[in-house]
Amino acid sequence: MELMVKAEQVHKRFGRLAVLKGVSLEVAPGEVVCLIGPSGSGKSTFLRCINHLEKIDAGRLWVDGRLVGYRQVGDKLYEQRDSEICRDRAQIGMVFQRFNLFGHMTALENVVEAPIHVKKVPRREAAEQARVLLGRVGLGDKLDSYPAQLSGGQQQRVAIARALAMKPKLMLFDEPTSALDPELVGEVLDVMKGLALDFNTTMIVVTHEMGFAREAADRVLMMDDGRIIESGTPGHFFADPREERTRQFLSAIL
Amino acid sequence: MAEVVEPVRAEEIRAIPVRHPGRWVAGAVVVVLMAALTKSIATNPRFEWGVIGHYFLTSRVLHGLVVTLELTVLSMAVGIALGTVLAVMRLSPNPLVSGASWVYIWLFRGTPVLVQILFWFNIAALYPRFSIGIPFGPQFVHFSAAAAITPFVAGVLALGLNEGAYMAEIVRAGIISVEEGQTEAAQSLGMTRLLTMRRIVLPQAMRVIIPPTGNETISMLKTSSLVSVIAVTELLYTAQLIYAVNYRTIPLLLVVSIWYLVMTTVLSVGQYYLERHFGRGATRDTPETPAQRLRRTFQLRHEWS
Repeated sequence: MELMVKAEQVHKRFGRLAVLKGVSLEVAPGEVVCLIGPSGSGKSTFLRCINHLEKIDAGRLWVDGRLVGYRQVGDKLYEQRDSEICRDRAQIGMVFQRFNLFGHMTALENVVEAPIHVKKVPRREAAEQARVLLGRVGLGDKLDSYPAQLSGGQQQRVAIARALAMKPKLMLFDEPTSALDPELVGEVLDVMKGLALDFNTTMIVVTHEMGFAREAADRVLMMDDGRIIESGTPGHFFADPREERTRQFLSAIL
Repeated sequence: MAEVVEPVRAEEIRAIPVRHPGRWVAGAVVVVLMAALTKSIATNPRFEWGVIGHYFLTSRVLHGLVVTLELTVLSMAVGIALGTVLAVMRLSPNPLVSGASWVYIWLFRGTPVLVQILFWFNIAALYPRFSIGIPFGPQFVHFSAAAAITPFVAGVLALGLNEGAYMAEIVRAGIISVEEGQTEAAQSLGMTRLLTMRRIVLPQAMRVIIPPTGNETISMLKTSSLVSVIAVTELLYTAQLIYAVNYRTIPLLLVVSIWYLVMTTVLSVGQYYLERHFGRGATRDTPETPAQRLRRTFQLRHEWS
């Protein structure tokens, strides 16, 4: 079976600061992987590398069998053109910590924007699909609300619907609940659980919500200092983590 | 079981308000000064209100008014278009492109607009003939500067090119004001740089760009009077031509001033509605228009009475 994501020894530096020091990972289609780890461990950076929001400095990264950011011809690598990068990104959904909804557009307009302008879906069809998606995340009555009129949890659910509207092969979640009031975390996690369990979406989730990991994740990866130091089922992490660093971290967040 | 809490009726506050004698004194001073000023304006015969009334709607003045408006609209159009291009260039990763924008702004913002107006008026002395074609290669169209650059064209060029430098900074500030997360979200959806700029960044930058652009337009309306020095018959030069003959200098300058005031007032109102339009989504409620506010105030009064 073709892997959805394959990373081989991915390195990333910001100036002199090495953020990723050789990350290798394989994610199968339909798999839900949670990335945990202290801040600064490189989780978010790795996620951003997967859809080429950051360029990697060494190693190789494939999504659905295609190299991210480059074209390989023989043993030569060519940088992808902007249009190719955009085409590949359109198949990867991303949900951000700060929601990043388009502030000048209503919920519905946010969701139809990319299907209409990137995928050239007819406006009416896009709107119909957007209504279904917004209904699915429980916001069928907020179609005409602007982001500023929505709570954080509602905004994040619109952001999820916006990403899903592109029918992505892979969904990336970058700390989707860290900017939310504690009371609103549940509604976003419920939507994500639905995606994972009912729709079999391939997901990589950077999160500290161990409850979510326990219920929805197939695998949990612990990152520290730019490397994956431990990998296992959620059960493994709860019952008997191997690394001392993992134990420390889990006892701090649980 | 939690107890059901009975709402307690609290006694309403009825206190004697603080007196503000200082406000009454200041108010009285203003009223007296205004009365003195009004009396002087009304009774000083040298204002010649009759002459002002006579010239206010003459066809020559109205023609000057139209030319002023044309100058303003065309120059602002040139300025806004050029400013947007320069701002995007300024933010380009290519150092030659952003450098070129920087040099342009440095040059046009660093020299007086009056000098630029005179310069364009005299451009024929520098380049008697213009031609369009491939640089260092064949030229296709030739035209003479003296014929093509009329005083009006020179005015629009000078004002518009100068304005472009200022608008570039305004547009750039607007673009920078849009959070980076907006661009990232657009990119993650597969939108190209250009599409992101057009659909996501610029519309949101508008909220920051519109107010200073309104100021620039109002400023341009008045600055356009500078082209009177190159004999473009806009509002001020028209008045100057008239009072050069009849010596009614003050009344005609007042005619001009009143017209400028009327036009800037209209522009201010237009700016208010533009800001309201582009502010949508930025606040929870769209602010009321003055008309709506007035209606609501009267409704409230009505309910109280």
